[in-house]
Amino acid sequence: MSYLIEGRTGQWEVVVGLEVHAQVISNAKLFSGASTEFGKGPNENVSLVDAAMPGMLPVINEMAIEQAVRTGLGLRAVINRHSVFERKNYFYADLPQGYQISQFLHPIVGEGIVTLDLDGGESRDIGIERLHLEQDAGKSIHDRDPRRTMIDLNRSGVALMEIVSKPDIRTPEEAGAYLRKLRAIVRYLGTCDGNMEEGSMRADVNVSVRPLGETELRTRVEVKNVNSIRFVMQAIEIEAERQVEAWEDGEEIIQETRLFDPNRGETRPMRSKEFAHDYRYFPDPDLLPVRLEEDYIAAIKKTLPELPDDKKARLIKDLGLSPYDASVLVADRETAAYFETAAKGRDAKQVANWLTTNLFGALNKRGVGIDESPVTAEDLGALVGLIEDGTISSKIAKDVFEDMLETGKAPGAIVEEKGLKQITDSGAIEAIVDQVIADNPGQADEVRGGNEKAIGWFVGQVMKASQGKANPGQVNQLLKAKLLG
Amino acid sequence: MSTQKHWTIAAAADALAKGEVSSRELTDQHIKAIEDNRILNAFITESFDVARERADASDARRAKGDVAGPMDGVPIAMKDLFCTEGVRTTAASHILENFVPRYESTVSGKLRDAGSVMLGKANLDEFAMGSANITSYFGSVKNPWTPKGANADLVPGGSSGGSVAAVSGGLAIAATGTDTGGSIRQPASFTGLVGMKPTYGRCSRWGVVAFASSLDQAGPIAHTVEDAAIMFEAMAGYDPKDSTSLDMPVPDCRAAVAAGAGGDAKGLRVGIPKEYTLDGMPADIQKLWDQGVTWLKDMGAEIKDVSLPHTKYALPTYYIVAPAEASSNLARYDGVRYGLRVPGGSLDEMYELTRAEGFGDEVQRRIMIGTYVLSAGYYDAYYVKAQQVRTLIANDFKSVFNDVDVVLTPTAPSAAFAKGEKMDDPIAMYLNDVFTVPASLAGLPAMSVPGGLDANGLPLGLQLISGVCQEETLFRAAAALEHAAGFTAKAGDAS
Repeated sequence: MSYLIEGRTGQWEVVVGLEVHAQVISNAKLFSGASTEFGKGPNENVSLVDAAMPGMLPVINEMAIEQAVRTGLGLRAVINRHSVFERKNYFYADLPQGYQISQFLHPIVGEGIVTLDLDGGESRDIGIERLHLEQDAGKSIHDRDPRRTMIDLNRSGVALMEIVSKPDIRTPEEAGAYLRKLRAIVRYLGTCDGNMEEGSMRADVNVSVRPLGETELRTRVEVKNVNSIRFVMQAIEIEAERQVEAWEDGEEIIQETRLFDPNRGETRPMRSKEFAHDYRYFPDPDLLPVRLEEDYIAAIKKTLPELPDDKKARLIKDLGLSPYDASVLVADRETAAYFETAAKGRDAKQVANWLTTNLFGALNKRGVGIDESPVTAEDLGALVGLIEDGTISSKIAKDVFEDMLETGKAPGAIVEEKGLKQITDSGAIEAIVDQVIADNPGQADEVRGGNEKAIGWFVGQVMKASQGKANPGQVNQLLKAKLLG
Repeated sequence: MSTQKHWTIAAAADALAKGEVSSRELTDQHIKAIEDNRILNAFITESFDVARERADASDARRAKGDVAGPMDGVPIAMKDLFCTEGVRTTAASHILENFVPRYESTVSGKLRDAGSVMLGKANLDEFAMGSANITSYFGSVKNPWTPKGANADLVPGGSSGGSVAAVSGGLAIAATGTDTGGSIRQPASFTGLVGMKPTYGRCSRWGVVAFASSLDQAGPIAHTVEDAAIMFEAMAGYDPKDSTSLDMPVPDCRAAVAAGAGGDAKGLRVGIPKEYTLDGMPADIQKLWDQGVTWLKDMGAEIKDVSLPHTKYALPTYYIVAPAEASSNLARYDGVRYGLRVPGGSLDEMYELTRAEGFGDEVQRRIMIGTYVLSAGYYDAYYVKAQQVRTLIANDFKSVFNDVDVVLTPTAPSAAFAKGEKMDDPIAMYLNDVFTVPASLAGLPAMSVPGGLDANGLPLGLQLISGVCQEETLFRAAAALEHAAGFTAKAGDAS
């Protein structure tokens, strides 16, 4: 896939790297025992440490370390056995310590890979530069009071993983695919819920452009805190176009931080004061370096679930699914689990088809996720089973499925209740066929006269007369025998 | 009841056990002494109600035969750097002038649980930054000692100036201190007391207002080596709330004191570092140091000349590392959540006004030095280099402790000086710490033991340094040295 911007001077390539902040799933904060529960009242999840009271000291939450290692393994990354927490110093009202505890020179996770699933079943690898742990800041609330700013420290100290990609992304679509894949991986791992609306996953987007063919990277601009995949894609497009225009107008792009305004469809520079810091990083003397034993890493590795890429490969190889279907099904953990339950002992391709077209369509219409599906995985599997063993036709199955969506009943019960069982008794079908031929002598003559296509019309009539229950194969066979035989 | 002015912990414990005195009586006696000596300005906050309550509780425990240990019922002073639940904690700073913690520091909590009676919060240099206790927002502390034939006010040393003034003036039986570069040992030397800085990590830093996290260490200030051992054992111990806390059992230092108390230094190998001889060092200091060597030798110790070649870099290294950490540690005092706030037209202006008014000159100076050495373009040249030198200094000691058990040096390059001296020259003031800073940088246990009086009748201390976690060796050597010195002079004797 190529995405090039047509400028006055020629074609421009877009170079993108993403910094994703992913909130670690953990009951407690990175360095304090305070709760991380979402939706609490202001300042209800705040310990003495989070409020940076005098003399308070951070103590590392081992769960956060484990989650970071787990995520690193899921990103097929190097786990650094030695990592260091440093202080990033700056003043802000919602940063109680006056510094953020983060990792700088020695992150806990090094280089890794995320494989993108692109349209048409293609895939492409994006490099991971590093993953490090850091504290979140609190929240400044400016609209509660006309003159004062309120501070909510519930998020202060919550553990974040900053996952930094290499500048390998070349199109807005790839950026979207990267974020979806990253989200899928952390959800499979159970290390981040990936919920961008609640802010548990946020992205900073680094964008630069260069004339097609140029190998050097040009100055990048950081677009901060973009909070949906759609906005990330839009922001890249808009920022890249701005940069192309600027370069072509002979302007210099300066390294700066900009904000994306989705309402106005523009990026604009943050006031320099908001980011022009000398952070004065230095190792936090309150914390010892983190040292991980090989055994510890190996033990975590053993508990990793099957990840999307492996699952996709297995679905293609063992179940014969197309790469496209496979990547759709593994895109999130719930869908994959649903599929695997439904497909147990059934025709996997047919289950995949029902899932990706019929079920997804119905869920979309209802605006619900697969975890709220009115049709259980077992029932969808059973429905496919009824088609496979000839109990119902595919056409009847669609009606049964509609019924299942409405009532939540099992397909077998619906078929039984409504008498939808396929008629396979050839005597019964023959009687209907004879009747239909007798009722339509004109059309019968047409078929006999050589218009074989008209036989389809007879099939339809017979099916109608049987209320769809006649086995269409048998109907076809009988009609051919009687009209053409 | 005995009305002696200077109690030791051991004597008080004994008298309490025998029923010769009650904790309440001891406490009231010291409260009276505090009230009579407010001119010393040893306390920022007096907590007499808390003290009487705890004294009564101690007496009640004792009546039931339920004594918490040798500290039970002993009135002490608490350096006002330890957060104390419900009792104002200021760090001697305007910025925390009205701060009342809702939590108790681990160390003060341990002392409370050991039954000791907190009389009040002892004065100190602001945020423990100083060597003369002249930087306190609540005024300077007066040394209870006065030079022979003169009536100049002397500084008590710092930063634990209020603690040593309280103990040497008979206002408290013992006191807590904190030592970052010498803040326990140097003031102990200036007031004829024993001051001990444990191995870094022995005493929890949780709840202690931070100055320089990698150096700060709490320790006891007392009249005798035995008292220091008793109090150290009550203060020390692993604390999971401090990630730098040592997860090791507290050694039996009282037994070590008993071993050395009779003047027995047999088999003890004592190192004399040649780099601690300074140009222009007062003759009295050199004389006392030589005397210390003789004492130890006479008690059976083996004396060895040793070299700590990077000593001369210790002070500059310290004055990079400590301010760097301090500049970051003090960022939390921003007027947002607690402490002083001076309103401004914008957030930045509020910060500027609050911190300009809330911090004194010395604190501001160190914040600026620290910010400078950490800033982009200077970090490698200053902070990283200083950390490298720090490692070399620690390695110096490590190799010396292959050959000796303790190192003997003077504690400070002078006796207590008059208030007003060295005030306009921060560098001259920093030189006070020249002998104490190396052990701080290396995280080693060290103790100042009173050795004698100088020509003006002012006390001088000798410093012993031992290897990491070798507190037992340190206490044994200190007890022997104390025995040999036979130092009995008290503040006010001369006047």
